[in-house]
Amino acid sequence: MTTSIKKLPDIEQVLSGNGACGGCPATMALRIVGKALGSNAIMLLTPSCSVASMGMTPKLGYNWPGINICFATAGSSASGIAHAVEIMQEKGRLPGELPTIFSWVGDGGTYDIGFQALSAAAERNDNMIHFCYNNEAYSNTGVQRSGATPRGSFTTTTPTGKRQPKKNMALLMLEHNIPYVATATVAYPGDLYDKVVKAKNIPGMKYIEILAPCYLGWQFDMPETVQMSRMAVHSGAWLLWEAENSIISFNNPSSHIISGKKDADPVDEYVMKQGRFNRLLKGPDATQRIAEIQGDIDREIAFMRERAKIMI
Amino acid sequence: MKSVTKAYRPISWPMKGAGGDTGSWRTHRPVVDTQICTKCQLCWVYCPEAVIDRNEITIDYRYCKGCGVCATECPTGAISMVKEEE
Repeated sequence: MTTSIKKLPDIEQVLSGNGACGGCPATMALRIVGKALGSNAIMLLTPSCSVASMGMTPKLGYNWPGINICFATAGSSASGIAHAVEIMQEKGRLPGELPTIFSWVGDGGTYDIGFQALSAAAERNDNMIHFCYNNEAYSNTGVQRSGATPRGSFTTTTPTGKRQPKKNMALLMLEHNIPYVATATVAYPGDLYDKVVKAKNIPGMKYIEILAPCYLGWQFDMPETVQMSRMAVHSGAWLLWEAENSIISFNNPSSHIISGKKDADPVDEYVMKQGRFNRLLKGPDATQRIAEIQGDIDREIAFMRERAKIMI
Repeated sequence: MKSVTKAYRPISWPMKGAGGDTGSWRTHRPVVDTQICTKCQLCWVYCPEAVIDRNEITIDYRYCKGCGVCATECPTGAISMVKEEE
């Protein structure tokens, strides 16, 4: 059972009046993460939208001690701090509970630029949580192509639509044999909350990826952020799963799609609602390009279904 | 090299309104109809800005950016977006 909305704690770690766009899915997700982590945590931010959302000096929009670090160093910086707090506690310089070290990084800092340091941190199994809020492009710098951008999507560097499929980053992290990997999205806050609480109580490296539909990058209407996130899950374009010690279990409603109890919605509606796929739909080979996108999703569902059968 | 004094230290403190009075960004304001509202708290949980009070369902218009997510997600249609007057 996921935690019901009424049982979520009152604590607010994202403060009103920060610099994020209205309807920003990243702050929406970070609020829920804040409720799960509580105030005893240290936040690391690589260059991303969330750094711009912090607001202007001398005010800070997040209620955590936060450090702005270089783009490629989310894994290594968090490792260093995780080791430092442990040693400080051993020497008696840090009273009380050990703070949770987490990095709040976009898909650029996880999939592309930050991958090397993150992979190394995962291999060392350092005690930290890596959050990737995935808006499927470099939205902070004006929507450029990233490793998370799906096939057919318009960005400023792929004006005719990206030709390659996105990579399955959560699965890559799972294959590092870390204790906990999970995917979540903003439309299911109870699910996200449970996953963060679980990750907080597991020692070692944890990776949580949150799909964050950015209305500016994806080109849909601002109030539809949560709807778009829900549609991504119902169409199978985003699968909700978690893996404890490499054993995958799917969460509702993705579990119904995986088990075959319910068919995934056709991707057409999800694609047509987003302006970033517009140019693809206007071309003469529109049906073929949509079939390619559907093919990517079907392959991913089939692959994850089989991967979850490995129970060792 | 000039020594860095306390005033130059790049440290910020958590405070509301780090992006200014963000309510001025709004073009439409969400208005709650308390007669229809069932206090399901869906608007509170989805609000990216944390401006909705979860018990009273009141909105802090000083910081509400008017994104309209609350109005879209409200299952009873108790929140409507009203155009801001000049």
